[in-house]
Order: sequence, then structure tokens, then C-alpha cells
Amino acid sequence: MEQTIRLLLASLPDGILLGFVYGLAAMGLTLIWGVMNVINLSHGPIIALGMFSTFFVYTRLGINPYVGIIPIAVVGLLLGILIYAVAVHRVINAPHLSSLLATFSVNMIIIGIGTAALTTSPYNVDFSAGSIQIGSVTLLGTRLIAALVTIIFTSGLYFFLYRTRPGKYIRAVANNRSAAELMGVPSTRILALSFGLGTMLAAVSGGLIATFFPFSILAGGGYEIKSFVIGVLGGLGNPIGALFGGLILGILEGVIPAFMETSWVPVIEFALFVLILLVRPSGLFGAKK
Amino acid sequence: MKRSLVRIFTVLMLLGLVITACAPQAATEEAMEQPAATEAAQPAATDEAMPAPVEKTVVIGFTSSLTGSQEVSSKRQVNGLNLWMQQVNDAGGIQLSDGTVVKFEAVTYDDESNKERVQELYTRIITEDNADFLISPYSSGLTAAATIVAEQNGKIMLTAGAAEDDAYKTGNTSLFQLYTPGSLYLISTVDMLKTLDPSAKVAIVHENDKFSTAVIDGLKPYLDQQGFEVVLEEGYASDTTDFGPVINKLVESGATVLLGGGHYPDGSTFARQLYERKVGLNFISLLVAPADSKFPELGDAALGIATSSQWELAATHTEAEAAALGKEWYGPTGTDFAAAYEAMTGDKPTYHVAGGYMTGLVLQKAIENADSVDPDAVRAALEAMDIFTFYGGVQFDTTPEAHGLQISHKMVVAQWQKNDAGELQRVVIWPADVATADPLYPIPAP
Repeated sequence: MEQTIRLLLASLPDGILLGFVYGLAAMGLTLIWGVMNVINLSHGPIIALGMFSTFFVYTRLGINPYVGIIPIAVVGLLLGILIYAVAVHRVINAPHLSSLLATFSVNMIIIGIGTAALTTSPYNVDFSAGSIQIGSVTLLGTRLIAALVTIIFTSGLYFFLYRTRPGKYIRAVANNRSAAELMGVPSTRILALSFGLGTMLAAVSGGLIATFFPFSILAGGGYEIKSFVIGVLGGLGNPIGALFGGLILGILEGVIPAFMETSWVPVIEFALFVLILLVRPSGLFGAKK
Repeated sequence: MKRSLVRIFTVLMLLGLVITACAPQAATEEAMEQPAATEAAQPAATDEAMPAPVEKTVVIGFTSSLTGSQEVSSKRQVNGLNLWMQQVNDAGGIQLSDGTVVKFEAVTYDDESNKERVQELYTRIITEDNADFLISPYSSGLTAAATIVAEQNGKIMLTAGAAEDDAYKTGNTSLFQLYTPGSLYLISTVDMLKTLDPSAKVAIVHENDKFSTAVIDGLKPYLDQQGFEVVLEEGYASDTTDFGPVINKLVESGATVLLGGGHYPDGSTFARQLYERKVGLNFISLLVAPADSKFPELGDAALGIATSSQWELAATHTEAEAAALGKEWYGPTGTDFAAAYEAMTGDKPTYHVAGGYMTGLVLQKAIENADSVDPDAVRAALEAMDIFTFYGGVQFDTTPEAHGLQISHKMVVAQWQKNDAGELQRVVIWPADVATADPLYPIPAP
């Protein structure tokens, strides 16, 4: 019993720190769903592109990965706007299947080009930010900083959505696009901006994950699936709920192995996913209204 | 009227295109038939002179993981096979007693490290590409999928990178294994531990896949037999990237030695995270990953990590060894093989490269011994084979219970250590008679 408690204490901080980054990735997905009802299947490859961006920024340009997050965010935003303009805008009012296929095509294009250019071999960012030892608990510097960056981005997103004019426009479009248009909100530009923001968050989360996990161009798929689970946990279309959903998932990943084999983690995660869909389809923190 | 004309014109154009497309094929078929005619005519025309050699191209079919989780090791295996094929073809092929010269050609596809793709592609390789012999894909999981197709079609398949034992124990008669079986993978490591630290507390943490599970199934009874205490046994999913919870369990278990791992992606990640978290174990042995030349990219995290290796250049097998064992020596020396590989790729060969090369070399020897490319004759030659090469012994179990299982090849234990210049290098630490360095035990604290 004492051993289990020690194990829990050791694993919990890890899970919480990781949960922040999962939450950031899911926030991007859920923001896009919330504003434009598009399930973005290019989310995973964008996370992978964020990972490779950190790799190149750090290993080729010698820039600190956390400084590199700023250009990654900017490029992510612009890439998202481009994807929206090229692949999503024309099908935004079509049935969901059309936008699903459109973003799936983007997914395949990125993975295809990425595989040709970067292969599917695992890459590592050999960066260390040290660690803090508290008793038997080891807190890795990279995870601590990643959690901090996530908090900064989440606060920034919250401020942007609730305190700025474009942010209010985004919320207006998310609530009722037709009404917002009647009030003079430039909905096309706002939708493009929202898609850009969602992509930016995905790229930033990828950039942060690369500092502690290896990756390949296919690595984003796993985080995309986690983002769906988190989205459902936190409430689809609720970006702040996604952060809490991420924390719950992170804690589960940290705590479950204390009681059973690690390979049971995905089983329990997806059982929870189904359970939430059945019992509380709007998520623990409520879906967009 | 105008529309009908356009339609007729379009149909004519399409017809023309179809005829044009068919024409070269017909020509190619003719061209392909021509040598046969020439072959038949030649002996009569040159009755007095030396008969011109008849060239027979043997098609070797296989899939490789150009993408996906098995990419790193799979590409090395294929590089080894390609080197053998290039060498044998450049040397003029294999000369049979009836004057036939056998040359080789490869038919290969990317299986994307995906079992479903493997079955689909091996079916295609057999039925459409008419491969004469098959080589396995890389990894036990993919090979298990491919063996079903090979066996159904009665095609001989030489397997490398497929150590799991079970595939050879299900009544298959067309498989021939080059690797030491998975169940014996860590036996040498345990023997070494017995001499280094008989009181070591062992943690077993492994990938949940066919190969790693087979290795662990063979390891556990042997550990028990040798009197080691196993304080933790834990499996993890193949796509695990966060080993934090497992490492916390490892620390809590009080283990001093870790045995386990799986393949390259998970093994390299595990090693890195063990180092980051300063776990401080006395000894770590992981499967597959540390045997790859990419592993030192981990930097100091690679120091002290050991692996079971099918072949190491530093402990390559020799003709003298073969003579001492009373076995027939065959093929190039390890040094020549390594030099040729380095000249071809600029990289040093790993055991995955050697395994790929050996599939070709063993097929070559079987064709030579059979003096034929007839599958039944080649199968009989493989069953009778008992040779020694730079890679070690090659002999197959011929009993119905484990047909094709490798019974002659032995493994070594290799470990990443630093040389005098502070560079990481993989040295052989066990068995003692072939070791090139003493084991680094305990591993220096991170």
C-alpha cells in the first residue's frame, strides 16, 4: 500500500505536466470544431510538423526550442489560414463528410510529403532542461517549461477570445454565424483566423512534445486521437474545457500504471471516452452552446 | 450530328490509344520469348564450339518497411540482401553443372510496417510477380503474417529479423530461420550476469509484441533456473513514448538490472528517459535498438546500454573456428563483408545487415548444393545444410515439431562503452572467449 502511494506520488506530477501539453493540442482541435463544426483530420500531421520545426530550429539553427516556439506559432497560424483557404472554405457549408474528407486529404498530403522528405525514422531533439528532485519525485525541466508555455498560451487564448474584438467575433460566429454576419462580422476572415489559431495551437503543442518525446512524421496520429478523447471529456467546442480534459487524461496516464500494466492505459482511456459519450455527451465541462 | 462526330472521334482516339498501349507489350513478350528460342537453337548451331551458358534469372520477392515503425532495422536488412545480390550477380551468378548460370532479381514493395499490407503484397509477389523464392519482411509480427501466404503457396521463405519461435512450430515446412530463436535471445546475458552479480534483482520491461514476448517467455524460466529474483515484470504498447510511469515502477521495485525493450523506436526512447530520470541501474540490456548504428545519437544516454546481438564485426566468426568445429566454411570473411557494405553505403554493418546478407548467401549455397533452382531440391539442400560463415553457424531443425528453426547460430552480448577518445563504440562483452572488452558493470551514474 505504501509502495502504491509512493508510486502515485511519483507518477502524478508527471501526468499533470504532460496533461497540460495534451490539453494544448486538444484546444486547437476543439476550437476549430466549436467555431465551424469541422472535424480537422489534419490536426495530427500539423502536430508532427510542429515537432519537426522544433527539431530544425534547435539542431540546424541552434535556437533554443522555447524561443523557437514563437516562429513556430506564427508559421502555424499562417499555415492554418492557408489550409482553410485552399481546402476548407469551399466545403464549410457542405455536409460534415465533405470537410472531413477535405481535411483528411490535407492530412495525406502532409504525411506523403513528410515521408518522402523526412522518412518515418524516429527523430530526437537532444535537449535537456535539467530536472528537479523532490524526494522520490523527479520533475523534468522540459515538462515543467512545456506546462508553463501551455499556461501562457491558454491565458493568451482566453484573453484573445474574451477581451479583443476579433476574439469576440470568433465567439459570435461560433454561436450563430448567420446572426454574426447580419451584424457585419466578416465571417470568412474570422473562420480563417479560427482555423489558423487551431493549427497554431497544434503546431505549438507538437513543438513542445518534441523536447521530451521522439517523433516521426506519423507521430501526430496518436496525439490527434488523444485530442478527440480530451475534446469529448472537456466538451467539444470548449477550448478551456479541453485544457482540463487534457489534465484528466494526463493524470490517468500517470496513475493507471501504478495499479496495472501500462498497456491497459489506452483501454481505460477509450472506455472512458465511450462512457462520457453515452452518459454526458456534452463533456464534463459542457460543449459549446 | 456534331455531337455524334465528336463521340465517334473520341472512341477512335481511345481505340488508338489502347492499340498503341498494347503494341509495345506484344513486342516485349516477343523479346522475352526470343531468348528461349535462342537457347533451344544454340546447341545445334554451335555443336562443335563451347555451348553458350544459359542464363536463368531467379526472382526473389520480399517486402520491406520503407515507412512505419520498423523502418530503421528493415532498411538495414534489405541493404544486406542487396549487397549479396549485387555481389553474386557481378561475379557472374551461380554456375550449375548443366551450364545454366543463375542470376538474381528482386521484386520488392513497401509494407509500411503493416501486417495487412504484408499479406496482400506477398500474395501479389507470388501470384503476379511469380517470385521463385521469398525473403521475410523485418520483424516477427510482419513475418508471421507473411509466412501464412508463403506456406499456403508452398514457397520457400528464408527469414531474418524474425526471431520469434512460434512460426516454426505450427507445422510449416517452407520457412528457414537465420536468427537465433527469440526464446534464446537473452540466455547469454543471464550467463554473464551470473558471473558478474548473482544477487542482481531483475526487472523485465518489454514491448508487448510477438518477438519481445517470445524473448521474455524464454528468459523467465532461465532466470528462475539461475536463481535470480525478478522484482518487476511489465509490458508496454509498441507505440509507447512516455516511459515515466514504467520508470517510476522500476525505481519502486528496487531492481538493479533491467532486461527488456522491443524494437528501435521504443528502445531508444526508453534508454533516453532512463538516463534523463537518473535511474541508476547497474545494468541495462535492451532488445534490438542498441544494436543499431543510430543508437549513439542518444549521446551519454547510450553509455552502458547492452544488447543481444546476432553478429558483431568485432567478434566475427572465422574459418579457423569453422575448422575447429569440423564444419564447412562458406562465404566471405566478416572483414570483407563489412568493407563491401561500407563501400556500398558508407555505413558500418549491424547484425540486421548481416542477417539480410545471410538470407541471400544461404539461398546461394542451397542452390549450389542442389545444383538446381527447383524448389524441392533447394528445400532438401536447406534441410541438409550445416555450414559456418562469418555470421556463425547455419543449420535448421528438420523435425516436424520445429521445422526450419535455427539450431546452430549463437549470439553475443554487446555494450556501448566509451573509447580513450571519449567516443561511444559498441564492444562485445560476452561470451568471454570472444569479448573485446570487459563489461561496464555497474553503469556509471548519470
